[in-house]
Amino acid sequence: MTLNEAELKQLMLAGLDGDSAAYRTLLDRLSKLLRSYYRAKLSRIGREATEAEDVMQDVLMALHTRRHTYDPNELFMPWVYAIARYKLIDHLRRTRASLADVPLDDAGELVAQEDHSGVESGHDLEILMRELPDKMRYAIQCVKLDGLSVAEAAKRGGMSESAIKVNVHRGLKILAASIARETKS
Amino acid sequence: MKTDELITMLSTNVEAVDRRRVVREIGATIAIGSLAAVGTMVLALGLRGDLPQTGPLIFLLAKLAFAVGIVVLASVYLMKLARPGGEGRVAITWAALPFVATMLLAVISLAFAPTSHWNRMIMGDQWLECLISIPIIAVVPFAAVIWVLRRMAPTDLIRTGALAGLVAGGLSAIGYALHCTDDSLPFVAFWYGGTIVLCTLAGATLGPRLLRW
Repeated sequence: MTLNEAELKQLMLAGLDGDSAAYRTLLDRLSKLLRSYYRAKLSRIGREATEAEDVMQDVLMALHTRRHTYDPNELFMPWVYAIARYKLIDHLRRTRASLADVPLDDAGELVAQEDHSGVESGHDLEILMRELPDKMRYAIQCVKLDGLSVAEAAKRGGMSESAIKVNVHRGLKILAASIARETKS
Repeated sequence: MKTDELITMLSTNVEAVDRRRVVREIGATIAIGSLAAVGTMVLALGLRGDLPQTGPLIFLLAKLAFAVGIVVLASVYLMKLARPGGEGRVAITWAALPFVATMLLAVISLAFAPTSHWNRMIMGDQWLECLISIPIIAVVPFAAVIWVLRRMAPTDLIRTGALAGLVAGGLSAIGYALHCTDDSLPFVAFWYGGTIVLCTLAGATLGPRLLRW
């Protein structure tokens, strides 16, 4: 736990304060740790690397949309690990794997190694975006994909800044739910 | 989709997060739940009429102490369990403290009463009304608590569901206590305690289905 804890917690705290660069570095590091974790777990029951990538992306979405549940007074990596473990168990249940075949309680594994060899997941962002209501799709396209500021997006779309923020927030929650649903099926 | 694309999307223009959101939202929901419970009681059953007298007032306060104790303890645990891994950081058995204390007081009051009074002290006048009312009044607070928990990230859904049921049962008992005229500790321990335990079991059963994320 000590290996990455202090550094990643710093990045998380900066991210919670709205520091995009720190947050990007954090998600990048976590994705590598989580990829290694899920590949090790899922390869034991003969699952493909794509499936590990699917679950890992589901976890990144969940980490993001539920990041307010991290308590800064607590250690950071146990919070990540609890989510990773919860999603692993949920995934194994949904895909009818036997929990007995996959060792669950070894928190150390999550910080042990990073896996840089990403593959494409089965999630298709464009298709998922099409299912969103217009305002949410517009807000996410502008602010999260094209990198416009909230003020610019509001001006172009004829919406208020708070409406843009609310639509980004709700849209991401819907995307997170769609990705979770896809991962489980 | 490549993971890099996802990370770029999530980290572009990231919003600052209110660090007290979990406590604030759960606290507000419980406050609303208590208003709903008291409101349902006033509309459906009505406030007990004998309140200015000292005897009924003392019993009302005792019942409220029991119910409020449950709600406060359970809320504190709920705020922990709403976070990933929270189940590993709490000893949830302390939530049973108000039940144990009331049971002890009930046994003591029975011990000091003649056996011929026991039946009346335990059954009261309105045990059936209590048995039906507390779970029914608990429905709206339970729905509210589940709704707020779905915005959080509990990783032990059975325990979290149980605590949601316990909080809802406690809130409901606050409402029902303002109506109930059965003034005996064994009645409170048995019927209030029993129905709140039922709410807790219902929450534990429903938790995994309602709280999954």
